[in-house]
Amino acid sequence: MTIAEKPVRQRKVVGLTGDGAAADAMMQINPDQVAAYPITPQTEIVERFAEYVANGEVQTEFVAVESEHSALSACCGGAAAGGRVMTCTSSQGLALMHEVLYIASGNRLPIVMPMVNRTLSAPINIHGDHSDSMGSRDAAWIQLFCADAQEIYDTTIQAVRIAEHPDVSLPVMICFDGFNVSHDMERVEMLDKEEVQEFVGDNKPAINMLDPENPITIGSLVLPPFFFEHKLSMINALEGSLKVIEEVGKEFEKLSGRAQPILETYGMEDAEVAVVALSGIGGTATWTVMKLREQGMKVGVIRPRVYRPFPGAQMAQLLKNVKAVAVVEKATSPGAAASPIFEDLATALYDQNAHPKMVNYVTGLGGRDTSSAQFTAVFERLQGIAKGGPVGPRVSYIGVRE
Amino acid sequence: MAINLKELAKKDIKFTSGHRLCTGCGPAIIAKWTMLAAADYNVAMSSATCCVEISSAVFPYSSWKGVSWYHNAFENAGAVVGGIEATYKALKRKGKIDKDFKFIAMGGDGGTYDIGFQSLSGMAERGHNALYIVYDNNAYMNTGIQRSSATPKYAWTTTTYVGDAYQGKQQRRKDLVSIMAAHDIPYVAQASLGYWRDYMTKVQKALETPGPSFIAVYAPCWRGWRTETNSAVDLGRLAVQSRYWPLFEVVDGKWGMTYEPREAKPLADFLKPQGRFSHLFRPGYEHLMADFQSEVDFKWDQLQRRIASSK
Repeated sequence: MTIAEKPVRQRKVVGLTGDGAAADAMMQINPDQVAAYPITPQTEIVERFAEYVANGEVQTEFVAVESEHSALSACCGGAAAGGRVMTCTSSQGLALMHEVLYIASGNRLPIVMPMVNRTLSAPINIHGDHSDSMGSRDAAWIQLFCADAQEIYDTTIQAVRIAEHPDVSLPVMICFDGFNVSHDMERVEMLDKEEVQEFVGDNKPAINMLDPENPITIGSLVLPPFFFEHKLSMINALEGSLKVIEEVGKEFEKLSGRAQPILETYGMEDAEVAVVALSGIGGTATWTVMKLREQGMKVGVIRPRVYRPFPGAQMAQLLKNVKAVAVVEKATSPGAAASPIFEDLATALYDQNAHPKMVNYVTGLGGRDTSSAQFTAVFERLQGIAKGGPVGPRVSYIGVRE
Repeated sequence: MAINLKELAKKDIKFTSGHRLCTGCGPAIIAKWTMLAAADYNVAMSSATCCVEISSAVFPYSSWKGVSWYHNAFENAGAVVGGIEATYKALKRKGKIDKDFKFIAMGGDGGTYDIGFQSLSGMAERGHNALYIVYDNNAYMNTGIQRSSATPKYAWTTTTYVGDAYQGKQQRRKDLVSIMAAHDIPYVAQASLGYWRDYMTKVQKALETPGPSFIAVYAPCWRGWRTETNSAVDLGRLAVQSRYWPLFEVVDGKWGMTYEPREAKPLADFLKPQGRFSHLFRPGYEHLMADFQSEVDFKWDQLQRRIASSK
């Protein structure tokens, strides 16, 4: 009997922080190697996992490296050796990994990495925004964004299957907000370890340095006659991974009873105006939509669970009857036309039939909270635009002193 | 574990010809000797970005035959080999593989003394069962002869020119071998091109020693040292015979010479053929030569004191 078939009271329900949910998923996955370095607010993942190692609850080789650069480098070595490997990081740690992020995807190594969103220095600040993940959006990693501890648990388990799928063979980043999600205790329904083991299955590595009959050379110098084809094959794999993410999600839904949509939506059936927002603020936006719909406002929200590859066609489909949309982001792309998701969405809609008016909001940089009242103001502006009012500035900043 | 030349000649060389390293390249000979010394093992290697790396695996070709070889980046050969070894341990523990493997990381002095220093130190401190070999050719040769922390004092490079204001590199070289010995790892050694038996013995010793090991092998680069194409091996010998680069090992903290020339050759014999030191032989620069000699004497005495105190 899968957990989906069990009555709620027979399921294993625990209280976990976001970090705890990631660590417990990792424990149940029992990877061959975890190489990680502590950084706030990811630290609890490393600590908790190290405890599982000390207690013999996993057979993982835990490599407590001397930097994030070495964490991902050791993971590349482990994955190239045919292992199932994981790491986790945040902010400056991701920035320090930046060079190796591109090598991990370019070498097609299926590494899985919970990534706790924290702003990038300077000024130094330990709280959450998405500047770290967004700085890595062109690294050809699959980027999944989670809004709560349950989703982190579910997504981490699925990420192993997605990364290792023979059509994908790319690294996966599981992103969630620092503190608001990483340190909040929430209700999490867990699967049994055996169920997780069965779901993730045996690793069948395409690359394996430890097969003495078939020694391999990896990381060659690839010059212009071949380089472009290498990159294109990686790009195609990343784009094709959306289908795999969907398939793995459906399979996981059967096991867990929890839907795993590419885009989580609320009110989009008849919404005239909509907000697009990732992870934690997507949750706040959803709550705001519920309240406003009670007052009869035709508003909706799209919270993408997948940011890379960008699900542009699916978003265009959802927005085809929407008159005005606001993309609210905890990130900025200084000097650019707008913030990252706005630019992606505007590009994706450009050659589609859906052409809602679009505005961009930057919010919560350095971890400042975004309130439901602030989302209400966004929806009110969208309604004004939908009625034919002026669109106003393309980029606005929420809750900041001028 | 004595090296038998007749037996050695029968072995498959896992570093094959056809690579694109320069004619007479010292590091190419080191790569070949390394793979000969490791011929009887299953080997998985990591490589730093370096001359040997860039020239031995130009897609779709590879000179690494019968050995798994992974180049990731410039500064992380230590971490990458550590990751390979860690996964190997886990796979063994889980019963997923039964074959034995040896693990080797290789890099030049830039990727080891400088940018990869932290990664190397981490590998040693964590006790990965792997051998790190730095082939020291005294500068960033791959990018065109720029100074590294392994470059000797007064050497000309393309970032330490010889001019009126100053002449060559102004700082002493970093003594990485002592730093690695200070990690208290079980095996550390210094070797040189020109002493093939000494080097291969050290490689085999290191591979047979459980835990991390480190070998710095002097690997002259005729191109960067501004000298003759056929001079690499001779310079490797002169470096040792002039006491500039002594051959020794540190086994479980005990320092000992592995070869000692009966009489030290003049330092000038080693430096004279190298264009990068030509200014040391100009009139008026005798004090630079004297300073160079005093550094060689200081390091030699320091080594002898360490050896004496190990007894």
